[in-house]
Amino acid sequence: MKNLLTIKNLHASINGKEILKGIDLEVNKGEIHAIMGPNGSGKSTLASVLVGHPAFEVMQGEVLYKGKDLLELSAEERSWEGLFLSFQYPVEIPGVSMVNFMRTAINEQRKYKGLEPVSATDFLKLMREKRAIVELDSKLANRAVNEGFSGGEKKRNEIFQMAMLEPSLAILDETDSGLDIDALRIVAKGVNALRTSENACLVITHYQRLLDYIKPDKVHVLHNGKIVKSGGAELAHELEEKGYDWLK
Amino acid sequence: MDDSNKILDQVTTGEYKYGFSTDVETEYFPKGVNEDIVKAISAKKNEPEWMLEFRLKAFRYWQTLEMPQWAHLKMPEIDFQDIIYYAAPKKKGGLKSLDEVDPELLATFAKLGIPLHEQKIFSGIAVDAVIDSVSIKTTFKESLAEKGIIFCSFSEAVEHHPDLIKKYMGSVVPYKDNFYAALNSAVFSDGSFVYIPKGVRCPMELSTYFRINAINTGQFERTLIVADDDSYVSYLEGCTAPMRDENQLHAAIVEIVAMDRAEVKYSTVQNWYPGNKQGKGGVYNFVTKRGICKGESSKISWTQVETGSAITWKYPSCILKGDNSVGEFYSVAVTNNHQQADTGTKMIHIGKNTKSRIVSKGISAGLSHNSYRGLVRVMKGAEGARNHSQCDSLLLGDRCGAHTFPYMDIHNETAVVEHEATTSKISEDQVFYCNQRGISPEDAVGLIVNGYAKEVLNKLPMEFAVEAQKLLQISLEGSVG
Repeated sequence: MKNLLTIKNLHASINGKEILKGIDLEVNKGEIHAIMGPNGSGKSTLASVLVGHPAFEVMQGEVLYKGKDLLELSAEERSWEGLFLSFQYPVEIPGVSMVNFMRTAINEQRKYKGLEPVSATDFLKLMREKRAIVELDSKLANRAVNEGFSGGEKKRNEIFQMAMLEPSLAILDETDSGLDIDALRIVAKGVNALRTSENACLVITHYQRLLDYIKPDKVHVLHNGKIVKSGGAELAHELEEKGYDWLK
Repeated sequence: MDDSNKILDQVTTGEYKYGFSTDVETEYFPKGVNEDIVKAISAKKNEPEWMLEFRLKAFRYWQTLEMPQWAHLKMPEIDFQDIIYYAAPKKKGGLKSLDEVDPELLATFAKLGIPLHEQKIFSGIAVDAVIDSVSIKTTFKESLAEKGIIFCSFSEAVEHHPDLIKKYMGSVVPYKDNFYAALNSAVFSDGSFVYIPKGVRCPMELSTYFRINAINTGQFERTLIVADDDSYVSYLEGCTAPMRDENQLHAAIVEIVAMDRAEVKYSTVQNWYPGNKQGKGGVYNFVTKRGICKGESSKISWTQVETGSAITWKYPSCILKGDNSVGEFYSVAVTNNHQQADTGTKMIHIGKNTKSRIVSKGISAGLSHNSYRGLVRVMKGAEGARNHSQCDSLLLGDRCGAHTFPYMDIHNETAVVEHEATTSKISEDQVFYCNQRGISPEDAVGLIVNGYAKEVLNKLPMEFAVEAQKLLQISLEGSVG
């Protein structure tokens, strides 16, 4: 089966305010989709709804993921099923070391798959290996989750976690925001290195910049809670030139 | 209720897993307390005259006192005449071997994970098991005796080591100390006694396990630890009680004496029944714990993980009398549902260059209230005294309360006293971040709380640390939001 994610007529709201007003989207394995659009168009809401953030309410529509009703699953079940979100604003968790956090996450996923917990040696080896992909300092890996990390380090830490958890569908929510050009390159390199014919990626971004490094198969423009235009990689360039106004 | 509270609510609805009661034939005294009851307790234990006199003096003094009301607690009226002051499993008296212990009781302790069969015990912990008013078994007594270490029930100590008891009992917590200390001194029924001779490092952890079983019964135990010059001992205390709708009273005294260069580590994992979610039942835990660093360069370290009890009122303290002596207090206090805790410490600096360190981590959930109350007093002669206090509060949800009452009383200008306090909340975003990585709300809260309490948990002996981590999580089950 090629299909990974099918979104049909998705409506969602927060605090009674409707943000998504009928989204349709289909993502196949091996594909990279870019979701673009002006501020407030609903890009981050779409990401939050897909990973099951409790603040958002789905009012209508359906989401099939790996043939399952995604909206029926809890946030952690979605994670175990291979859904990953690189957060726009990764939260700090004082006192909880990255090592402990990641080991818990990995072992929960393994438990779901009916596997034994990973051994300490294997785990540390895995950490080392995956850390290298995003050039994350070993010191950071020993610190508390995101505590005292710079903006760029937080984003790299997100991609590091993605590498650890090997998701089937990764959603990158404005991962490029606040990154300088070097950090952007490292993050993009990491994402590309993790790409296979079996997984897919949903790249949410405001600017075309990131898409110079992560080549999308499809580009969708979100406006006022709806996808108003879809196209190939060339659409991103067009948007860069013309802005979003011509689509409204 | 906002979303963050919804999650908190779902996570903290765990059940108390030690809530069973044991069906064992029990001998009870009639309810209430008067001089006859005090005399009867003393007679039951075949106590010498001096012991009875001590009890009666304490009882007469107690009658002149009123229940203290200064703590930040909603204190119910306690009818002290409606409590049974002595309850003991029958068939007691001079047990020669474990075979004589009621199998029901052995099963009870086995169920609690407390091993009383020495040969089956994975190394390193000697246990004194106290159920209701009596000690039923002390393990490893003989092998400890080879090193000159005395570890026995308090009753046995009164009988076999009267000189030590006479010398030290009430020397740190006099019966006039406070309302509950006076009551305890009058009616205490058992407890543990430890003596570590000069230069001896106790080769294993000593521990007392307290269990209230009988209904309507108060538990009043006393622990006395004396560490002679250059000795070391690590002591653990654990407690549980069945789930009962009535409140149970627990009023204990712990006294520690550390002589020159002696070190005593006292760790508590307190898990008395906290009452149900509506706040019905639960243990009232009113405890006076105090140690004196009598000798120079001695050290007393209190570590406590307090998760149980409907009401906790306890301030393990150190009197730093010897020059260069050190007092430490590490505490994690968790309150959930309707629990209330008012706990902290007192550090009294008397000797020169004395040091104290206080680390208090309060965690409140549900509708509970959690207060830290601490006093740092530096006396005139305490040149170069130093104290560092750190009091952190963590709130889960927005219907609970955290309060900090630090008192400082400094009479020597060379003293350096520092106090830091923080209050934080577990945010919905933190929990969700964990969820997205495949960690359930329950586990997320456990992870965050254990991370927050790590500094204190690290101070516990290994076997206890693991238990305590689990306990923290269980205590907060159903409180994530």
